[in-house]
Amino acid sequence: MTLTRSIQYPNPEPEVQTRKPGRATAMRLIVPLQGVVQGRGGLIFGSLIPCALFYFLQLYLKRHRSSNSRSNPPSPSTSSPNLAEITRTSSRSNLLSRGLIGPVRISSRAMSIAKPNDSPYYIGLDKASEDPYDRISNPDGVIQLGLLENRLCFDLIAKWMSENLSDSMMGREGGDLSISGITTYQPVDGTMELKLAMAGFMSRVMGGTVSFEPSQMVLTAGATPAIETLCFCLADHGNAFLVPTPYYPGFDRDVKWRTGVELIPVHCRSTDNFILSITALDQAFNQTRKRGTKIRGILLSNPANPVGNLLSREMLYNLLDFAREKNIHIISDEIFAGTMYGNEEFVSMAEVLDSENFDKNRVHIVYGLSKDLSLPGFRVGMIYSFNENVLAAARKLTRFSSISALTQRLVVSMLLDTRFIEEYIETNKKRVQNMRDLFVAGLKTLGIRCADSSAGFCCWADMSKLIPTYSEKGELELWDKLLNVAKINVTPGSACHCIEPGWFRCCFTTLAQEDIPVVMERIRKVADTSTLCS
Amino acid sequence: MAIEIEQPSVGLSKVAVSETHGEDSPYFAGWKAYDENPYHESSNQSGVIQMGLAENQVSFDLLEKYLEEHSEGSSWGKGAPGFRENALFQDYHGLKSFRQAMANFMEQIRGGRAKFDPDRIVLTAGATAANELLTFILADPGDALLVPTPYYPGFDRDLRWRTGVKIVPIHCDSSNNFQVTPQALEAAYQCAESMNFKVRGVLITNPSNPLGATIQRSVLEEILDFATRKNIHLVSDEIYCGSTFSSSEFISVAEILQTRDYKNSERVHIVYSLSKDLGLPGFRVGTIYSYNDKVVTTARRMSSFTLISSQTQHLLACMLSNKEFTEKYIKTNRERLSKRYDMIIKGLKNAGIECLKGNAGLFCWMNLSPLLEEPTREAELTLWKIILNEVRLNISPGSSCHCSEPGWFRVCFANMSEQTLEVALERIHKFMEQRKRK
Repeated sequence: MTLTRSIQYPNPEPEVQTRKPGRATAMRLIVPLQGVVQGRGGLIFGSLIPCALFYFLQLYLKRHRSSNSRSNPPSPSTSSPNLAEITRTSSRSNLLSRGLIGPVRISSRAMSIAKPNDSPYYIGLDKASEDPYDRISNPDGVIQLGLLENRLCFDLIAKWMSENLSDSMMGREGGDLSISGITTYQPVDGTMELKLAMAGFMSRVMGGTVSFEPSQMVLTAGATPAIETLCFCLADHGNAFLVPTPYYPGFDRDVKWRTGVELIPVHCRSTDNFILSITALDQAFNQTRKRGTKIRGILLSNPANPVGNLLSREMLYNLLDFAREKNIHIISDEIFAGTMYGNEEFVSMAEVLDSENFDKNRVHIVYGLSKDLSLPGFRVGMIYSFNENVLAAARKLTRFSSISALTQRLVVSMLLDTRFIEEYIETNKKRVQNMRDLFVAGLKTLGIRCADSSAGFCCWADMSKLIPTYSEKGELELWDKLLNVAKINVTPGSACHCIEPGWFRCCFTTLAQEDIPVVMERIRKVADTSTLCS
Repeated sequence: MAIEIEQPSVGLSKVAVSETHGEDSPYFAGWKAYDENPYHESSNQSGVIQMGLAENQVSFDLLEKYLEEHSEGSSWGKGAPGFRENALFQDYHGLKSFRQAMANFMEQIRGGRAKFDPDRIVLTAGATAANELLTFILADPGDALLVPTPYYPGFDRDLRWRTGVKIVPIHCDSSNNFQVTPQALEAAYQCAESMNFKVRGVLITNPSNPLGATIQRSVLEEILDFATRKNIHLVSDEIYCGSTFSSSEFISVAEILQTRDYKNSERVHIVYSLSKDLGLPGFRVGTIYSYNDKVVTTARRMSSFTLISSQTQHLLACMLSNKEFTEKYIKTNRERLSKRYDMIIKGLKNAGIECLKGNAGLFCWMNLSPLLEEPTREAELTLWKIILNEVRLNISPGSSCHCSEPGWFRVCFANMSEQTLEVALERIHKFMEQRKRK
């Protein structure tokens, strides 16, 4: 493949619009036209004049951007039908001229992720990790109540490790924990040993009333990629999932970032103890469909994060009926299934499907060991599906997020030690319940009540009496005070998309019992000043 | 297209039903044949010998020995401080000690000719994830990356499937040992433009898979200059850099940037992994090293979907920080791979087969074009099937690597014992003798 002319490399020049303007410009006319015509106002004044204005504005911007970029490092052209994006490119090229970042462009997907985290959820986590509370060495540090980790039974796990690993990670004489056989390429969706062990563990923590098939599992490096992978399998860019609020802030990232799938909140109320209603689901479904977005499924966490309540068997039936009626999927994130306290029983989607004649092809369960076994660092998660096509696709996709074989072997060993697992589950349950009771009681003395919950690591606390105005703004003001004055990191309800202001998620499993009075005292100080001011 | 609602079954996404995973290509079909009838030295001597999987098993004994002798880093027994933090640790920055160890290891492999800053290292669960992640960050759906042919078949999936990005090939041929030329670069760029794809970057593999050869300094500089002129990115997948038979022959793009004082470096990103050089593909350890701050920040956040187990990071941090071990390993590994390479080249030559002159990697690039009935892809696949079914060797046909010249095959030699390699070479010899007689 030789070229007959010698290549003359052009002088470095800014990448101006090289495309034929016709099509692109036509698109730019059509889009604003549509938007305006749908609004009110006479066709001529309402549409022509704004369109003309838009057109001239774009021409002006285009020329302005061309001349601007000549004196600055070139910014790649974007020919997009969306006016907003053109404005964004302009301001980006201004940034470039200040030399803050190199001139070479990164994708629009990446641009939105590269922005500094302005969500309270992340800001709080950062602050707490920069100045972490320690009873002895840093008593004025930030107390972390915003990260759903369970440290209450670490001693048990550490003990198991020290007894079973003894002198070498590799175990004794090439025994169960040697590295032979695990350094090479493994099945990307996890080893059969681990799947079997997970099946046993899941069944045990969910009350022994349901069994899981290893052949329906795809293992992933944590539940985070499990959720994202499922979204890639079930929805196209621009489609949506319905999700009851309040929900885990991480869903915004897991579902939306790279897949381009939307999340449509279905608001739940404190009067229902934040339990989903089918009516609300139906309304949200219809409204979304009206504006032309296709709903592909419902995403829920059961036990719920942040509220910590459970879906009843009846509600599960209703959800399955709804899904069948609308022909959509259900993703049930059951990662907290093993964190039950109290007497209520957890019912998995899998259990309901076992017992009744529902179409199983639309149900997918997400699970992992980050919560129930307190091993988030090890990255062990799973997609559990009844749909062969989804499993086939997920199996291929999970190569982007496979679990280290070394870790798989270690975890298998742990899960098969039934004596240890029993002790762990029982002790963990007691300690979590104890902590929760103390924490909730402590909040009660401050006049703060918590939503009813039966599982999880946090309580969903109603601090609406303490916020200056009954609004998201007021809630964030209180959050800020709690973080920067009381030095407690809690997650504000708005980060969880809760429709009612003033609710806060407080995780109590990273605390020791002695820390609870400290927390309550700090909250009291802020509460006192808050009630004084309001 | 997703299945529509008229049917009773619930629909899946376009990604789920698409064929972009490429797993129906001959590259993967050969693996299936191997899985069904795998060669075994004693129990299945007539089985298919796997020469299509680029895995490095030649230095496994060194790893085992290290782990036996050095338990302190890997144990969490009484008094061992790290466990608690480790099992909880899920920060996408990764363990600092591990990043430091990786940076040092990467410097060591390059003979100290390039420095790496641990804070520019982003960890991913394998290089597969690293390449996909970079593609998500550097390109939007519908954009294109330029990739020299022949290339690793997995790129079709890793770079395109979920990202929606296109690959436009930079055609290389045997007239100059498949090296990239400025003309080929420009032609690929024009081709992409004519199809209305925005080119966002060039992705090279150095040392090359499947060629098994390092890219020359002058060619690297040309590619870097091209990327600078077009104001696009350059991704250098250097996953085989520790598998260069002689340390001095590998030039990393990092070295070139260093000599240029890192001018224009914010467009360069390096992918690395321990799957090939250390023979640990099962551990899922990959990295992105970027000279672009925004890419580092974004990649780090996105790596939430593909974190490396903290337990694995901890173990490897200890191992890679042990300079004595890493030096010995790198040196021995190179020697053994070089020896294997010589063995296979000699064996093939005796059978009358020529290969591209290689100096790196776990495979060689074999020329069987004289055996083709006609110089077409179909003839190549016919030959491939014969070799798979009659000679019972799984080798990778050049067409699955998008090679523009038919008749080339990638043959892996590091994923088996020497005895097995002998058997494979005997079979090839016999096959060639039979062909000559016909």
